Amino acid sequence: MPELYWEDFTPGRTFEHGPRRLPREEMVAFAAEFDPQPFHLDDGAAKRTLLGGLAASGWYTCCVLMRMCAEAFVLKSSSMGAPGVDEVKWLKPVRPDQELRLRATVLDVRASNSRPQMGFVRFLFELFDSEGEPVLTLTTSLMMGRRGGAGAA
Amino acid sequence: MKFFEDTVVGERHELGRHTFTAEAIKAFARRFDPQPFHLDEQAAVRSHFGALCASGWHTAAVCMRLLVDYHRRMDAALLARGEPVAALGPSPGFRAMKWIRPVYAGDTVSYAYEVVGLRPSASRPGWGLMTIGNAGTNQKGEPVISFVSVVFVERRGAA
Repeated sequence: MPELYWEDFTPGRTFEHGPRRLPREEMVAFAAEFDPQPFHLDDGAAKRTLLGGLAASGWYTCCVLMRMCAEAFVLKSSSMGAPGVDEVKWLKPVRPDQELRLRATVLDVRASNSRPQMGFVRFLFELFDSEGEPVLTLTTSLMMGRRGGAGAA
Repeated sequence: MKFFEDTVVGERHELGRHTFTAEAIKAFARRFDPQPFHLDEQAAVRSHFGALCASGWHTAAVCMRLLVDYHRRMDAALLARGEPVAALGPSPGFRAMKWIRPVYAGDTVSYAYEVVGLRPSASRPGWGLMTIGNAGTNQKGEPVISFVSVVFVERRGAA
């Protein structure tokens, strides 16, 4: 049974996770598979680009965020996925072997009009580097099963 | 990539298609999004999705891959005609990503983008910012993903 239901996500509640190191091999392997641009693959080529050196694909950073969220609270929750993502800002290049910390903050919640067994929880997700500076912010609503609702996984 | 000045609002580009196998869906989910409905057929049947479906991040990452491959083909065609090729820079982000329908195992998604905005970069002379609307459609013609992203494109004569 999930530990966390829609009712447990009260505005202002935060979840923290990490630090998690982003290994160079995993970062470059992701880029080779999904985002094979020179500044994500090769140190020499990356130096001559706007990023000034090898940096993670923003999609990789998003996927790492997802993984950290899963470990922080999603897998303990009645998550029913998400209908999308409102906004992502890639604020700063993420370099190989960097360590990132996650903070998830509940912004607001609303019940679903059409599906009484679930509700929406809108989050601000932030990833911080080892200097404490944000490298990525993401806002989105997750769908969560309600306590006692039949739809909860 | 064409230069910023050679790009016009309204241009539409078909990027190609990709089939999401059950094995690839589960392998991606194990790495990044290990929720039961992306990992396990039986658990997915019991979920509100009704069957194994891809992480929305997987559907988005494949769009990126097809975009990169498409621009490589475009660059090769430009070079073959003796025309210069513009650099594509990084992206500051995206918005309004909608996972409209689940992408189930075996589904084939066709991706396309349309240029919806162009403006010179205020902070980086030599570069422009291109806003594009990205969309993915399954084999039944139903939309499954859409989002609006922004990317730096080199301006003519910048280098």
